[in-house]
Amino acid sequence: MSGNAKSAAVFGVTSRIGREVALRLAEAGHTVWVGARDFGEAERIAEDISVRTGQRAVAGTFEARSVESHSELVTAIEGAVGPLAFAVLAFGDMGDESQRDAAMLRQVVEVNFLGAASLAERIADRMVTRGAGVIAALGSVAGDRGRQSNYAYGSAKGALALYLQGLRNRVFAHGVHVCTIKLGFVDTRMTWGLDTKIPVATPEGASRAVMAAMAARTDELYWPPFWRGVMGVIKAIPERGFKRLKL
Amino acid sequence: MADWVRQQMEGWGRWPVVTAEVSRPETQAELARAVAESNGSGLLAYGLGRSYGDTALLPEGRMVMTSRLDRMLAFDPATGWLKAEAGVSIEDILRVFVPRGFFPSVTPGTKFVTLGGALACDVHGKSHHVDGCFSNNVRSFELLLSSGKVVHVTRETHPDLFKATVGGLGLTGIVLSLEYKLKPIANAMIEMESVRVESLEHFFEVSAQSGDFTHNMGWIDCVTRGKAMGRGIFMRGRHAAAGADARPGIVSRVKDFVHPLLAMPVNGPGWLLNHATIKAFNEVYFRRHPKGSVASLVHYDPFFYPLDAVRGWNKIYGKRGFLQYQMVLPHDPDQRAIRATLDAITASGMGSFLAVIKEFGPLDNGWLSFPRPGLTLALDFPNHGAPLLALLDRLDAITLEAGGRVYLGKDARLARASFRRMYPEWEAWKAARDAADPKGLFKSSMGERLGLVAARGGA
Repeated sequence: MSGNAKSAAVFGVTSRIGREVALRLAEAGHTVWVGARDFGEAERIAEDISVRTGQRAVAGTFEARSVESHSELVTAIEGAVGPLAFAVLAFGDMGDESQRDAAMLRQVVEVNFLGAASLAERIADRMVTRGAGVIAALGSVAGDRGRQSNYAYGSAKGALALYLQGLRNRVFAHGVHVCTIKLGFVDTRMTWGLDTKIPVATPEGASRAVMAAMAARTDELYWPPFWRGVMGVIKAIPERGFKRLKL
Repeated sequence: MADWVRQQMEGWGRWPVVTAEVSRPETQAELARAVAESNGSGLLAYGLGRSYGDTALLPEGRMVMTSRLDRMLAFDPATGWLKAEAGVSIEDILRVFVPRGFFPSVTPGTKFVTLGGALACDVHGKSHHVDGCFSNNVRSFELLLSSGKVVHVTRETHPDLFKATVGGLGLTGIVLSLEYKLKPIANAMIEMESVRVESLEHFFEVSAQSGDFTHNMGWIDCVTRGKAMGRGIFMRGRHAAAGADARPGIVSRVKDFVHPLLAMPVNGPGWLLNHATIKAFNEVYFRRHPKGSVASLVHYDPFFYPLDAVRGWNKIYGKRGFLQYQMVLPHDPDQRAIRATLDAITASGMGSFLAVIKEFGPLDNGWLSFPRPGLTLALDFPNHGAPLLALLDRLDAITLEAGGRVYLGKDARLARASFRRMYPEWEAWKAARDAADPKGLFKSSMGERLGLVAARGGA
């Protein structure tokens, strides 16, 4: 294991999936940097990972929206844990679709799209110079088609997926890979209390899927997998009819 | 704002079922908010729902699930002290620490309990005569009070709050984290011996001869009357010495594969467990074991957690649910109370599917902690409604007369007057609780029933 031991960073570890991915990375023998806006929580999670795996875990804090700080942040992270072999962007903000005011819109777009794109870009730069590395970003099936129930969040995640396509294309020739994970319902605080009527995946299962996708250099993963079919159907409905649906 | 979701909640016995507003915080800040924004309907923490009755229920109140607050915060391999958040489960600890040579000092008969729940019920296990209760292996905990203040509680710094919180049914505050002792083991195996016990007298003989074993318990047939009354299987074990684990790797791998396949997917039909099937089960279970004793080396899972192998085994009782009754009876050379209990059960025609018997050791801890020196008997009954409640009242009377008490972590129906006689220290407990929660924020269905907390609506 130690021969393959590398470093990894997970941004947004207070998301249950983020925390589980960080734990999987440590179990695989990597030193992990775990970041959250709430530093106290990041510390608890770093301690948890150290106790459970015996690996070194370093807590940090970051602000997805302050894109000007990202370059320095990535330098500091690599200074603390070494060159990143894996970076996982696990943060997100669902906003509140009932209040579609300017502040909410700005926040949702800045966290989900701008913040994630900016961090991915800065990390990719460093990985390109080394000619190796994998970035995974947790997106959402909500980004596949705009629907009245969550189109602020959905459009930000959709824009991120498009951005990551471009980034993947740019870094491919340099041996760097970008994974887009499109999540359906996973049992997290985002789906708490939601009457989904559709099976909900466990965060642990989702974290294993993310690990497998990074190892296999999958471009785009739907999780749970049946969502690829569901979204295939939803995307195929002509707009003329789709706009009449209550989705 | 915390996300409060109206949903149905139940204990392991699936009776009663209540509706409450439930939130599931994932950070300390979310938990603090859930406590701060109380609306007067009361608040109660809920772990993995393994207490049987209404211990962890608050109908029409607010319930906070702790399952996502499950970080392990520190571990010292030199001493075995683990500091972990209250939502960490025994299963989690086993998964992480057995491969590293550590085992929970005290574990109940299911691993699907949180540390917070184990503390709130001050659970016991097969090693009570050696290790005491769960709380005897806890040296400190952080308690979030209704005021929002967090107190670091030890026996020395806050003796009253310690004695009120361990076994305190979650009514003093919400446990954020605790320090719990793990003990070193050589491997995952248990040296086990099972002895077929032919009668109640024989049970006490075997129990007295089992001092060499750290873990003792018995299964008892409580359907058969007459000379064979109290027959059963006595099980005793200890953690195996080094070198005894020839094949645990294979055992646990097969087990990990098979476990998820064994689940009770739907409710059993109501007739499944009736007097005849319970009698037949007891007969087969007893006859299957040869006379005398059998020694074996077993993985810890079937030894400690036989029922965990079937996820959701509580559904076997069907939609009506079931009640568990566990009491402890002080030592009595003539065993009058235990005989009266078994007589009352057989006379009622309401058999207990699983009856577990064990002798407790001398340690005790919280004011409401259950174990006392003596004999404890745990009985599962299908929920027959009024006739069963009448039988359990009869068992209360026998228990009271013998100076015994009922386990609150499993209760759903004990009367307030009986409780007060069984737990004479309840007033000391209540004084300490009221001092910790002067607002009366923390409540439970059981707490209101037994007069532990003021009932809502001025009742």
